[in-house]
Amino acid sequence: MLDAILLVALVLASVLTVMTARVLRAAIALAVTSAVLAVVMFRLGSPFAGVFELSVCAGLIPAILISVIGLTRRLGPEGLAARRIERLKRYWYLPVLLIIAAVILSQVNLRVDHMVQPITPEADPRTVLWNLRHLDLLGQIVVLLGGAFAVVVLLKELRNER
Amino acid sequence: MNDEAWLFSAFGTGTLLVLIAGVYCVLVSRNLIRTIIGVEILTKAVTLLLILAGYITGRTALAQSLAITLIVIEVAVVVVAVSIVVGLYKDDDDVNAGTLTKLKG
Amino acid sequence: MLTLLILAPLAALVLANLPFGRALRTWAHPLTLVLAIAQVGLVVFVPTDSWNGPCPLEKFFTFGLAMDQIGRVMLLSIGIVVFSAMMVAGSTMAPGGPRSRFASVMLIAMVGMNGTVLLRDLFSLYVFLEITAVSSFVLIAFNKDRDALEGAFKYIILSAVATTLMVGSVALFLLVAGETSFDAVSRALLNANTSVVAKVAMGAFVCGLFIKGGLVPFHGWLPGAYSSAPAPVSVFLAGIATKVSGVYALVRLMTSVFGPGSVSLNHVLLLVGAASIVVGALAALWQDNLKRLLAYSSISQVGYIILGLGCGSPLGVLGAVFHLFNHSVFKSLLFVNSAAVEQRVGTTDMNRMGALGGRMPITSVTSLIAVLSTAGIPPLAGFWSKLVIIVALWQSHDYAYAFIAVLMSVVTLGYLLLMQRKIFFNETSEDMMGVREASFGIVVPALVLAAITIGVGVLFPWILNTFLLPIGGIL
Repeated sequence: MLDAILLVALVLASVLTVMTARVLRAAIALAVTSAVLAVVMFRLGSPFAGVFELSVCAGLIPAILISVIGLTRRLGPEGLAARRIERLKRYWYLPVLLIIAAVILSQVNLRVDHMVQPITPEADPRTVLWNLRHLDLLGQIVVLLGGAFAVVVLLKELRNER
Repeated sequence: MNDEAWLFSAFGTGTLLVLIAGVYCVLVSRNLIRTIIGVEILTKAVTLLLILAGYITGRTALAQSLAITLIVIEVAVVVVAVSIVVGLYKDDDDVNAGTLTKLKG
Repeated sequence: MLTLLILAPLAALVLANLPFGRALRTWAHPLTLVLAIAQVGLVVFVPTDSWNGPCPLEKFFTFGLAMDQIGRVMLLSIGIVVFSAMMVAGSTMAPGGPRSRFASVMLIAMVGMNGTVLLRDLFSLYVFLEITAVSSFVLIAFNKDRDALEGAFKYIILSAVATTLMVGSVALFLLVAGETSFDAVSRALLNANTSVVAKVAMGAFVCGLFIKGGLVPFHGWLPGAYSSAPAPVSVFLAGIATKVSGVYALVRLMTSVFGPGSVSLNHVLLLVGAASIVVGALAALWQDNLKRLLAYSSISQVGYIILGLGCGSPLGVLGAVFHLFNHSVFKSLLFVNSAAVEQRVGTTDMNRMGALGGRMPITSVTSLIAVLSTAGIPPLAGFWSKLVIIVALWQSHDYAYAFIAVLMSVVTLGYLLLMQRKIFFNETSEDMMGVREASFGIVVPALVLAAITIGVGVLFPWILNTFLLPIGGIL
C-alpha cells in the first residue's frame, strides 16, 4: 500500500517539476522528486543507492542548478502571469498524456517474460563495487576529472588570456 | 510470484510515466535549464528501473553499484551542461532556447 | 599489458597537471603526441596474443579487458586520429595554457576510447562511452564561441537521451541475464529468443548507439557539432569519436552479444544504414559550408559501415571494420585539410574560396586523394572496403541495398568533386591573394594520412591476409 502511494507521489512530483512556471521551483521540485525516489529505493532493498540519490540528486544537483538560475533574469509579476498562460497552452498536454498512458498501461499488464533465477540478496554493494567493478570505479574517477576540466576550460577566466 | 508480478507492472508503469514526463520536458522546454531538468527526470526514471530490476532478481548489490556509478556520471554531465549554459549566458542575458536558431538540421 | 592502454593516458594526465608549476603543464601536448604514436607502433608490431598475457598490475585491479583483431584495428585508428588531431592543435591552439588544457582533455578522451574497445561488459561500455562523450562536450565548446556552445549543448541533450536508452536497456538485461558482462548476456539471450523484454532491451541499446553514432534519424546533433567545433576537435570527432562510440559498439554487440543471427536487428541495421547513406549524401550536395558538407559526408559513410554490419555475414563485418578504419583515415584527412584552409583563408564558406590549388599544393593534392578514397576509386583504400561491403550485400541477397550503395557512391563522388572544385580549382578572387600553404603542424598529418590511404589501397592483398581476415575468424 505504501508502495502505491510512493509511486503516485513520484509521478506527481515529476509532473510538478515539468509544469511549474518558475525555473527555481522546478529545481526544488526536482529535489523533491529525487527524495521520493530515494525513499522508493529504501523500500526496494537498496539503502546505499538511496543515500547516494538523496545526497547527490536531491542535494548537490539542485544546488548547482539553483546557483545557475540565480544568474538569470527574474521576471516581474506581469511577466510571470503572461508566462503562466503561455506555458499552460504548451504544457497542458502532459497530464492528459500521462492519464491516457496510465490507463493503457494498467490494461496491458507489463510482465517480465524471461527472467533469470532470483537469488537471495547477500552481497554488500560496497564489496561488489570495490571488488568486482574496478572498471566502473576507474570510469567514475575519469569522468569526474572530465567534469573538473569542463569547469576549468569553460568557466575560469585566466589572466593570460585577457 | 503474484506479488512480484504486481510489483513489476506497478513500478514499470511508474517508470514509463516518469519517462514520458521527462521526454515531454526535454522536447517542449525553451529554457535551457529546464531542458537539463528534463534530462535529470529521465535519469531518475532509468535509475528506478535499474533498482527495480535489482530488487526483483535479488541482485540488489549489483544494481546499487550500477546506480551509484550512474549517479556519479550524471553529476559530471550536469556540471558540463551547466558550464555551457553559463558560457552562453555570458554572451547574452537570456537562457531562452528560442534564441538558438543556428543549429537547424 | 592491456591495462596500460587505459592507465598510461591517465598517468600522463595526472603527471601533466600536477600543481608543481607551469613548466610541467607544457608537457601535456607532447606527451599526448608520444602516447598516440606509441599506441600506433605497439598495435602494429605486437601480436594479439602478447597483448592478452598476464600483467603485473593485475594483482591490484582486475579490469576484465580483452583484445582481439577488431580491437587492434580500433586502437590503430584511435592512435592515428589522436596524432592528427594533436598535430593540428599544435598549429591552431595558443601555446601554454590552452594547448595543454586541450591535450589534457584529449587524454581523458583517449582513456575513454581505449577503454571502450577493450572492455567486455555492457554497463562498463556505457561508462566509457560517457567518458568519451563528456570529453567531447568539453572539446567542442573549447573556444567558447556561441555556435560551438550551442552545438555542444545539443549534443549533450541527445547524448543524455542515448544514456537513458542504454541504461534502461542494461536494467532490462539485468532482469533477463542477472549480470552485465557480454558473455553472460549473450548466453542468456540464446535461451530467450521470443522474449519481448529481451527484444525491447536490444532495440533500446541499439537506438542509443544510433544516436551516439550520428545515424539517421538520430543525426540532429552532428552537423552542428562538427561544423562549429574548433578545427582539431572536428578531426577528432569525425575521425574517431563517433566511430568508437556508435559504430564500434554496434559491431561488438552484433558480433559478440546479440548474435549475428538476430534477423530483425539486421533488417533495422540495413534500413538505418541505407537511410544514412542517402540522407547524408543528398544533404551534402546542398552545403556551402565546408565543414557541414564533410559532416553530412560522415553520416553517409557511416551508413556504409552499418550496411556492411547489417548483412549478418562475417564478410560483412570484415567490410564494416575495414571501412571504419578507412573512414577514420580519409575523413580525418579531409578535416585536416579543412583546418588548413580555415587557418590560411579564415573562413569555411566555400563560396568565398577559389583557386587555392596553386597556392596550397600539398593541401590540394592530399584533399584530392581523400576525395577519391571516400568515393571509392581504385586503387585507393576506400575502393576496397566499399567493394567488400557491396560483395557481402550481394552474397546475402540484399540486392536493393547493394544497388543503393553503388548509386550513392556516384553521388558521393559528385559532391566531393564539387567541393574540390569550389575550393581548389575555380578562378581566384581577390581575397585569396595572400594565401599560402598551411603550417607544418597541419601539413604533416595530412601527408601521413594520405600516405596511409594510398598504402592501404595499394597493399590491399597483404593487408587482407595479415590484418583483416583474422577478424571474425574468416581465415
